[in-house]
Amino acid sequence: MPAKNYASTRYSELADINEDNVKNLQVAFTFSTGVNKGQEAAPLVVGNTMYIVTPFPNIVYALDLSKPGAPMKWKYEPNPEPAAQGVACCDVVNRGAVFADGRLFFNTLDGHTIALDAATGQPAWNAHVGNINIGETITMAPLVVKGKVLVGNSGGEMGVRGWVKALDAGDGHVVWTAYGTGPDKDVLIGPDFKPHYEMDNGKDLGVTTWPPEAWKIGGGNMWGWISYDPDLNLIYHGTGNPGPWNPDLRPGDNKWTSGIFARDPDTGAAKWFYQWSPHDLHDYDGINEQILLDMNWQGKPRKVLVRPERNGYLYILDRTTGEVLSATPYGAVNSSKGVDLKTGRLIENPDKKTGTGRVIRDICPTASGLKDWQPSAFSPKTGLLYIPHNNLCMDEEGLEVNYIAGTPYVGMNVRMIPGPGGNRGAFTAWDIAAAKPAWSLRENFPVWSGAVATGGNVVFYGTMEGWFKAVSARTGELLWQFKTSSGIIGQPVTYRGPDGHQYVAILSGVGGWAGAIVSGDLDPRDATAALGFVNAMKDLKNATTAGGTLYVFRLP
Amino acid sequence: MCSGSPDAFELKTVRRREANGRLVAAVVAFASLLFAAVADARELKVCADPNNMPFSNAAGQGFENKIAQIIAKELDARLSYTWWAQRRGFVRNTLKAGLCDLIPGTPANLEILRATAPYYRSTYVFVTRRDSPEITSFNDPRLRTLRIGVQLIGDDGANSPPAQALGRRGIVGHLVGYPVYGDYSAPNPPARIVEAVASGEIDVAVVWGPLAGYFAAKQKTPLRITPVTPRIDGPQLPMVYDISMGVRRGDDALRDEVDAALAKHKAEIDATLARYGVPRLDTGGSADR
Repeated sequence: MPAKNYASTRYSELADINEDNVKNLQVAFTFSTGVNKGQEAAPLVVGNTMYIVTPFPNIVYALDLSKPGAPMKWKYEPNPEPAAQGVACCDVVNRGAVFADGRLFFNTLDGHTIALDAATGQPAWNAHVGNINIGETITMAPLVVKGKVLVGNSGGEMGVRGWVKALDAGDGHVVWTAYGTGPDKDVLIGPDFKPHYEMDNGKDLGVTTWPPEAWKIGGGNMWGWISYDPDLNLIYHGTGNPGPWNPDLRPGDNKWTSGIFARDPDTGAAKWFYQWSPHDLHDYDGINEQILLDMNWQGKPRKVLVRPERNGYLYILDRTTGEVLSATPYGAVNSSKGVDLKTGRLIENPDKKTGTGRVIRDICPTASGLKDWQPSAFSPKTGLLYIPHNNLCMDEEGLEVNYIAGTPYVGMNVRMIPGPGGNRGAFTAWDIAAAKPAWSLRENFPVWSGAVATGGNVVFYGTMEGWFKAVSARTGELLWQFKTSSGIIGQPVTYRGPDGHQYVAILSGVGGWAGAIVSGDLDPRDATAALGFVNAMKDLKNATTAGGTLYVFRLP
Repeated sequence: MCSGSPDAFELKTVRRREANGRLVAAVVAFASLLFAAVADARELKVCADPNNMPFSNAAGQGFENKIAQIIAKELDARLSYTWWAQRRGFVRNTLKAGLCDLIPGTPANLEILRATAPYYRSTYVFVTRRDSPEITSFNDPRLRTLRIGVQLIGDDGANSPPAQALGRRGIVGHLVGYPVYGDYSAPNPPARIVEAVASGEIDVAVVWGPLAGYFAAKQKTPLRITPVTPRIDGPQLPMVYDISMGVRRGDDALRDEVDAALAKHKAEIDATLARYGVPRLDTGGSADR
């Protein structure tokens, strides 16, 4: 699975590559995906084979690692509907495949979940679960838990109602569906539901915390990461932002958007929920990764869930109950003033409250969050969480005209700007026990790639200029870097090859929301494009061009 | 692209001379032969939505299709279409990618393309049943109790102006959102909001004028459309938009040609818009029907 394990640590015990010898890393082989769009997928290695999923048109390649140069074993082309490209919000990315029981499971942009025979690439089943005609797309990597393939939809911007579905891994039929808004029966809230905070407790809050009927187009999508605790038998997944975007239209807490659920994987029944951003004002999707750790918290062993959240706080929750143990900003935050640990509520900053026709300057973080989807890694050796993230703020300066389907409308005139210090990205090692950064590296562009930590005390991540970097897990010292052909927004992985050597792999290819200016060829003069991200990324076109290449490294 | 080539221009000059007398008839015949190949080769490449009446559809039944025909005829060009659902990236993937040179029906102040002079001005309207009270203003207190349909737009931080106007006033208790996209597998997805007024699902809808005018006239239940007031809500929220055609930034030659054609055939274009029930604020005519 892309996150390495159910706890989503993205930690590999492999230690052949270490702080001393990593400087000798060299390219073992490369492979062009043939698709020059944002590459967000994690290469998946199972036995002697590596599997890659490309962005739209979502081609799957199987590469034979046992042969020199890793030749192609097979490829599978799902041929998704081209119209899906116009529906997807932010580039046509895919976050990778997952392997279980001899099969490979992945999603297509046009809403299919497909199971392939991992040996031959022959489809076992193809389930059409999302409908692009109503604005649904799928970009997330599925997770297989106890014979069920967990999948969620994207499309909160379109007023699409979010859901998570469990498909039977054997034949693809839908076992359960849990919606992100609506009555308890749709959300799979029943007698087992015991939220820790009063604000999340009550009947049919997915209806009553909205104006009448508004939940039907309320968003709360699930396009991010799912973790699983086999001992507690709970899956954990976040929910996306509420829709429509204008908060004036949806007074109330807008349950169950911008929060996190713990569910029983067998039935989907919700066990607890916590809302990161009640009545979200800033497009703070709550879909980031959650790392499950067992650690001593204030002298007691606790089962915790660590979440570097889009709204700018590093949350530590008790994953059995949903109680917030701490919430600390891990970067520049002024859109809120903290989290009230008694009530669990985020304390909004009224000075930064957006609304129709108001001009608000310097809101931090932006809609893309202090951190977006890009997954962090945790090393048990150092006790540090390695967070790739953004350092951006935004001005909302009134309205600009646009049109869709013959209908003129106004969009928020958002301009993203570099955050404090002027660097737009950072790679921060967060000391979980001390609740403070151990060190932080400044990056010119947002760090939109994932991270992987290793037993050799080396951490890998990529930059949007295209540098693939190895830094010391202890100090952050740059130990090695390699310039790939395009900006990196993918998920690095490390594995032991059939020859016994440790390898490190990354897909290079700029894009995603942050890199849309390059992959979508947006006009740098159009400062408000991609919800203002283009303004912050004007110079990306001078730093990198589109690409789509796998790079694999090893020691000589 | 070869727009406004000297050949085409010269051909028009010759034709005009032809109108002045027979003396040049022979010359004209010769010129026509000479330029026939060029004229045939000229193509007016338009991008439009294949399923978005009353504006356009793949069968060419929309008023934008009809007006594009008028323009193409004036330019002596063969009209060809690239069909593309109008979604995020529409301009980028069509006009900017070179699939076409002209997009009909775009707001005059859209910055991502170069606009012609506007050929109509329309407004958001209230759609009500004729047997129910007329609504004329966002400030009407009855809106707090009526079931109101509004168009919702799925895009970065985007809202239809009526949704903004209602949200600003806190009139959100009985809103029913209709995504502009609708269910694209059904014909004319945006029509649903008007049909909902006719069927009584909602009491009033706030809809972009051309859409409302066309579909209101098609319902069995008599409906009325009334331009919304205020025309500009709050400091900066217009309900009224000038509509132009769009070409690529920098394609001034084609823009000038289309401008000239729009001006020359204004009467025919006005008649077309009237036939489709487009409520207008630029003709002195009432938008009320």
